[in-house]
Amino acid sequence: MVITTPLKKHIINQLKAGDKVLITGIIYTARDAGHKRMIEQLAKGERIPFNIEESIIYYVGPSPAKPGEIIGSAGPTTSYRMDDYTPELLDLGLKGMIGKGNRHEKVIESMKKNGAVYFGAVGGAAALIASSIIKAKVIAYEELGTEALRELYVENFPAIVLIDQDGKNLYEEEKVKYRTYQAD
Amino acid sequence: MREVHVNDITQAVAKMCIATNVKISPDILEGLKKSQKLESSPIGIDILDQLLQNAEIAERKNMPICQDTGMAVVFVEIGQEVSISGGLLTDAINEGVRKGYEEGYLRKSIVEDPFFRVNTNDNTPAVIHYDIVGGDSLKISLSPKGFGSENMSRIYMLKPSDGIEGAKRVILETIDMAGPNACPPMVVGVGIGGTFEKAAILAKKALIRPIDQSSDITYVSNLEKELTKKANQLGIGPQGMGGRTTVLGINIETFPTHIAGLPVAINISCHVTRHMSVSL
Repeated sequence: MVITTPLKKHIINQLKAGDKVLITGIIYTARDAGHKRMIEQLAKGERIPFNIEESIIYYVGPSPAKPGEIIGSAGPTTSYRMDDYTPELLDLGLKGMIGKGNRHEKVIESMKKNGAVYFGAVGGAAALIASSIIKAKVIAYEELGTEALRELYVENFPAIVLIDQDGKNLYEEEKVKYRTYQAD
Repeated sequence: MREVHVNDITQAVAKMCIATNVKISPDILEGLKKSQKLESSPIGIDILDQLLQNAEIAERKNMPICQDTGMAVVFVEIGQEVSISGGLLTDAINEGVRKGYEEGYLRKSIVEDPFFRVNTNDNTPAVIHYDIVGGDSLKISLSPKGFGSENMSRIYMLKPSDGIEGAKRVILETIDMAGPNACPPMVVGVGIGGTFEKAAILAKKALIRPIDQSSDITYVSNLEKELTKKANQLGIGPQGMGGRTTVLGINIETFPTHIAGLPVAINISCHVTRHMSVSL
C-alpha cells in the first residue's frame, strides 16, 4: 500500500499490523537525545521545532553524507529507548513512528487512545533505505550531530505496520506461528 | 626485538574500521544466504533478501552496511619480542579509529561521559583488550559493535549446580528476550567461566571468531550446534517478524573458573557482526 504524509485519520484506519507500506512525503528524524530535548522544551512551555500534528517520526541517526550525497546510511534504531517520551508526543498529535523492536505497554495504550501507528523498517538495511531518502535537512539541535532533528522527504520508503491503532502486534502474531521450541 | 612503528598500526586500524563497516564479512554473507534457503516465513524471506541487497549496495557504494557503525572494540595480541616505536600503542590505535571513522564517513557514536552525553566527534576512545603472547608477532582484531544488540546482552553468575543445563537455559532466555530489538538474525557470543569480567570479555572475543568455525573443544562445539538449533526454534525470525532464522551462529569460549562459580556472559550481536584481524 502506498501512503503519503501527513498521516490522516482515513489512512490510519486502513492500516493493519502486517501491512507492507511505501511511505512518500515529509517525515522527521529524532532519536534519544532529540527526544530528550523536545520533552525538555515542552516542559518549559516552548514549542517543539516542527509541526507534530499528523506527522511521522523516524528513529534514526544517519551516518554522515559523503560530498554530493543527500545522506549516509540511515536504518532504524531500536525504539524502546524513546518509550518514556512517546506518549506525550502522541498526545500532541504525532500519528506515526518508524523504528524497530518492541514498545512499552504505555506506548501501545497511548497509540490506541490517540489513533497512531508504529511502523517497522528493516534494521541494518541502512544503505538500501537511504536510497528512498530524496531530501534531508537539519531543522534543530544541530550540535547533536547524528542525533539532530532532520526533515526528510522520502519516496516509497519501505516499511511494515508493526503495531496498528487497535494494538495488534505483528511481532507477537508471527512469532507464535514459527515457535516450536520446548524447554527440556 | 622486532620493531613496529605506530604509523603502521594507525594505518591498519583505520583501514579495518572502514573495511568492516562497508563490506559484509564472508562468513556472515554465507550465513545469510544459507538461511534464506531454509526460511519458511514469507516476511522472513523478504527481509533476508533485503539484507543481501543492502550488503551489495553498501559494498558497491562504499557506504556503511548499517548506520550504527559501532564502538570500536580492539583485541591486541602482542608478542613479548615486539617493540613499538614512534609513540604509544594505545594512542596509535585510537588515532586509527579517528582516521578511519572520519575518512570512511562512518558515524561517530561515542559520548564522553555516560551521564553528560557529549559526542567526542571522532568515535574514540576504542575499547582495547591487550594480551601478551610469546614471539614477535602483533595481531590486531577489530570488531566495531553496534548497540541495538549490545544493549540486549546479559551476564549471569550461575551456581555450579546449575551446570550445563542452566547455562543453556539462560543463553536461550537471553536470545528470546532480545527478540526484534537486536536486529535478528543474531550472532551470539558466549563466555563461560573465569570471573565476572573475564566471562564478558570471552563473550566479546567469541564474536570475532567466524561463525563457520566451531570451537576446538568437542563438547563446546556440540553445545554451539545444539543451541543454534534450539534458538532457531524460538520463532523470532529475521527482524523478529517470525521465522526460523533467529541466529546465524552461536560461538562459545570457556575458561577455568572458581569452585564456587559458573559465570555465563551472553553478548548479543546483529546480522552485520563485523570482525577482521591483521598481523603486522
